[in-house]
Amino acid sequence: MKANEVPQDKSSLDSINQKELCYATDENGNYITTKSSGWTPKTIALNNAIEDIKERAEEAKQRVLNNETSPIEYYMELNRMDVTILAGYVGIWPFRVKRHFNPKRFKKLSDKLLQKYADAFNISLQQLKQGDLNED
Amino acid sequence: MKIDFKHHQSAHCENGVVSNLMKHNGINISEPMIFGIGSGLIYCYIPFLKVNHGPAVTYRVMPGLIFKRFAKRIGVTFKREKFKSATKAKQRLDDNIKNNNPVGLQVGIYHLLYLPDHYRFHFNAHNIVVYGKEGSDYLVSDPVIENVAKLDEKQLEKARFAKGPFAPNGQIYYPISFPKESEIPYKKAIVKGIKQTCRDMLAPIPIVGVKGIRMVAKLIKKWPKKKGIKVANHYLGQIVRMQEEIGTGGGGFRYIFAAFLQESSAILNNEKLMELSKEMTVIGDLWRDFALEASRLYKNRKATTGSYDKVSEMLFELADKEEVFFKALKIAIK
Repeated sequence: MKANEVPQDKSSLDSINQKELCYATDENGNYITTKSSGWTPKTIALNNAIEDIKERAEEAKQRVLNNETSPIEYYMELNRMDVTILAGYVGIWPFRVKRHFNPKRFKKLSDKLLQKYADAFNISLQQLKQGDLNED
Repeated sequence: MKIDFKHHQSAHCENGVVSNLMKHNGINISEPMIFGIGSGLIYCYIPFLKVNHGPAVTYRVMPGLIFKRFAKRIGVTFKREKFKSATKAKQRLDDNIKNNNPVGLQVGIYHLLYLPDHYRFHFNAHNIVVYGKEGSDYLVSDPVIENVAKLDEKQLEKARFAKGPFAPNGQIYYPISFPKESEIPYKKAIVKGIKQTCRDMLAPIPIVGVKGIRMVAKLIKKWPKKKGIKVANHYLGQIVRMQEEIGTGGGGFRYIFAAFLQESSAILNNEKLMELSKEMTVIGDLWRDFALEASRLYKNRKATTGSYDKVSEMLFELADKEEVFFKALKIAIK
């Protein structure tokens, strides 16, 4: 890639006023470093990934409302986690996390364990228990 | 407390941190050099490691490995520490700052609030340098952004004790002994680095190197039928994200590698490497063409299955090109 062909597309880097560094060749074919503000194909990929997560969270929300899963699953998706990652934060085995998706089991969980979940999601214990599913 | 530390932006975090720490200690070495000597380039398809609900495709070696190999080949000794207790981890970091010693830290990128929201995924092998503390704020030099940043104690602790795959466990690292600049075995280190990259890329393992590229090329054809368009697009997007992620130098690290070959050509006095560097640049461009073509597919989310064949063909072509390239590179440094 030649330095003058380095893409300068709009991207989420604009939101923090940053550019990324990349390697490109100058007119003599020698490598130099130059800045790029972003590249559309990448921005689309990132946007799609975020959209996907939103969809998953929305889906989980519906299932919580239908009493098919517990708020834990919803908050997990909202925080861009999967079962393995969440299990890491809570400090329990992944299969136990999956179990806690069961609304009946969820209601019986101790405050101590729920607090760990709440910490992982950066919300309060009350919020998790009430399951009012606020976006923030 | 602020250490006189110079922040240089780099294309990739791991190279960048090592390069910045080396420069701080008076050894001027470029980012591509670290990437090349540390044999950073690879291609690997890891179906059993799920990242964001899709298989992982990586264009560089496992986190920490570039740095480990580089240090060994150059003769620098680094000290690494991991912690179970967050209090101890913080204490050790504070001690280092007091001793005027900037340290490298492995952190989870999800907790770095100074990055755009779009980049904050649960990826735990990001590297930063902490070079001071003002009140309760740590001064952070993150090599992938232009300026330095700040994180408070709580935020940094979260980042250092992020959980999931590659959990950092509060890891810190810093160089403790150096060879004299005149005694650094650059030539030997470069040859070693190149040899290993050739070996990796031509490895007889189905998911690694050239064979790995072919495997993904085959899968791209199958995904739309087997998994449906939506999942196929998600996977394709994932491949492009990994390839062009912030801090790859673009083209799946191929441009950084080309820059390394160019620099090495002068050091080893080897004309052939210069030619190969140009060749690698062309290959890097093809990777970007591949990303562009793939993005056309996942952009409208309603592509027909036939269009996946074209992207797959491009990847097969890349595999062939890289096979020829790395065979030639192997001969060039004999």
